[in-house]
Amino acid sequence: MTDAATPTPSAHAATSTAGASTAATSTTPVVRIAGVGKTFGTETGGVRALDGIDLAIGQGEFVSLIGPSGCGKSTLLRLIGDLTSPTDGTVEVNGKPARRARLDRDYGMVFQAPVLMEWRTVAKNIELPLELMGYKKAERLRRSSELLKLVELDGFESRHPWQLSGGMQQRVAIARALAFDPKLLLMDEPFGALDEMTRERMNLELMRIWTRTRTTVVFVTHSIPEAVFLSTKVVVMSPRPGRVAKVIDIDLPQPRTVETREQERYFELVTEVREALRRKDGSAPVGDEAMDAALRDAERIRAEGLA
Amino acid sequence: MSFAAARRRSASWLPPLVVFVAVLVLWEQLFLALDVKTFLIPRPSIIWAALGEQWSTLQRGLIYTGTEALLGLLAGVTLGTLAGLATARWATIRETLVPLGTGMSTIPIIAFAPIMINWFGFESQLPRITVVALMTFFPVMVNTIRGLTQVDPAAIELMDSYAASPFQVLRKVRIPNALPYWFTALRIAVTLSVIGAVVGEFFGGPLYSLGIYVTNQTGSFKYPNAWAAIVMACVLGIGLYLVAVAAERIALPWRRSEGSATD
Repeated sequence: MTDAATPTPSAHAATSTAGASTAATSTTPVVRIAGVGKTFGTETGGVRALDGIDLAIGQGEFVSLIGPSGCGKSTLLRLIGDLTSPTDGTVEVNGKPARRARLDRDYGMVFQAPVLMEWRTVAKNIELPLELMGYKKAERLRRSSELLKLVELDGFESRHPWQLSGGMQQRVAIARALAFDPKLLLMDEPFGALDEMTRERMNLELMRIWTRTRTTVVFVTHSIPEAVFLSTKVVVMSPRPGRVAKVIDIDLPQPRTVETREQERYFELVTEVREALRRKDGSAPVGDEAMDAALRDAERIRAEGLA
Repeated sequence: MSFAAARRRSASWLPPLVVFVAVLVLWEQLFLALDVKTFLIPRPSIIWAALGEQWSTLQRGLIYTGTEALLGLLAGVTLGTLAGLATARWATIRETLVPLGTGMSTIPIIAFAPIMINWFGFESQLPRITVVALMTFFPVMVNTIRGLTQVDPAAIELMDSYAASPFQVLRKVRIPNALPYWFTALRIAVTLSVIGAVVGEFFGGPLYSLGIYVTNQTGSFKYPNAWAAIVMACVLGIGLYLVAVAAERIALPWRRSEGSATD
C-alpha cells in the first residue's frame, strides 16, 4: 500500500497482463485449492455443495467466481477464508493451511451487507481490525485517514453508518477490509444489494483501488458483466454439486475504465462466459427469476453451513 | 446546537406539557362545576394545598421510599446484568435461564412482601429492597442475554475473519449491541422499582413511608393527603425514569440524532 501511491498506470497494465497468464504457474500461488469437496448436513441427508475443485490463484490476480445458484461459489470463498472447512481436499493460502492464514490475518473480507457497527463512526469502523490487532492509536488514525482518501470518503470520518448511502457503506467496508494491508481480499457479492448504476460506479471504484493496492482479490458474483469487467480470470462454476466448469482468462487491457465496457473484446468475453454458463447448466443461460430463486437456495445452504 | 435543532428539542416536550396543564385546568374546573366530592377525587388545588401542609412528612416519605426503590434497583440491575453476562457465555445455562427468567417475571413478587417482613422485621427497609431487587432482576437479565446473543451473524463472521478472541467479540460486538436492550430493561426496571417499594410498604413500614401514609390517610378519611402522597410517588417514578433516559442518551450518542443520507 505504501509504495502503491506513486506507480504509473502503464506499469500496472504491463505487470497485470503478464501476471494474468504467468503468475499462477511461475510463483507460489496465493490460494491453492486441491481436490476440495464440501458436504453440508449429515451423511444420510447431506447436500453436496462442492466436488473436486482444483484452483490456483496467483499473486496480484483478480479472480471472479461466477455460476448459478447452488454452484457453491460463496461456499468456496468461505473455504478460502476458513469460515467453513472442507469435507475433502486441502485449501492453502500463502502456502499454509487456510486456518493458519486466518489466524495470521492474511486476508480481508467484504460481505454482501456492509456489516458496519452502528455505534462506531466511519473512521472507527475502518479501525476495528487495527484495534483487534493491537495497532497504536496514532497508527490507526493514520491508516483510517489514508483509507478514507482511497475510497474517497474523506470528510465522512465522524459520520455514523446510517448517515451514509448503501454504496458509501460498502466503500467503508472495503476500506475496513484493506485497513491492515492484507495480502488477499475476499469479496462475497459485495455489490449484490446495490442498484445497477451504483454497482457500475462501485466497479470502477474497485478497479481504481485495486490498481493502486495490487491486492490479490477473489470475488464472488452472479453478474456476468461485472465478472468480465473486473477480473483477470473468471472461474465459471456449474451447480449440484458445484464444480469448476471453465476458467476464462480476461485479457482486457489494464487499467479498466468506462471505455472497457464498450470494447469489442469485452462483449466477446461476456458472450464466452455466458456460453460457458449455459453449456454446463443444460439449457438456456440462467434468467433473473431463476437466479433469484437459486440465490435464495444458496442462502439457505449457507445458513445451514453457519448453524 | 443550531436554532432549528433547539426548536426540535423543545418541540418534543412542549406538546405533552401543554396537554398536562390543560388536563389539570379541565379537571379543576369540571370537578368544581360538577361538585365532585373530595373523598372520590379531590381537585388539583386541594391536592396542592395538602402537599404544602404535609410537606415535611411527605418529604421524609419520599426519601425513605426513594431509598428503597433506588437500592433495590441498584441490586436488581447489577445482579441481573452480571447474571446476563455470565449466562450469555454458555448456551446450555442460557437455554434454561431465559424461559425460567421469563416465567419468574410473571410471578407477582410483591406477594412475597409480607413474608419478607417476617424475615427481616418491621423496622427494616430490607423487605422492600429485596422485593424491588427481585422484580427488576429478571427483566434486566433477560434483556441483557437477548442483547448479547441477538447479534448479526455476519458481524460474528467478520470478527472470525479477523481471528478475534471471544473476549474481543464480547467487547467490540456483543456488549455494544446489548446496550440498547439493556437501557430498555432499565426503563422497565425503574418503573417497577417505585411500584415495588410503594406497594411493598402497604404490608408494613414507618408511618411516613409513602405506602403506609397512603393507607393510613385513606383509613382516616384524609383523602387529599393520600393523593398528595401519590403525587410524591409519581415524582419519584418520573424522576428516576428521566435519569434513566438521560443516561441512555449519554451512553448511546449514535442513537440520539436523526440525519439523512447523502450521495
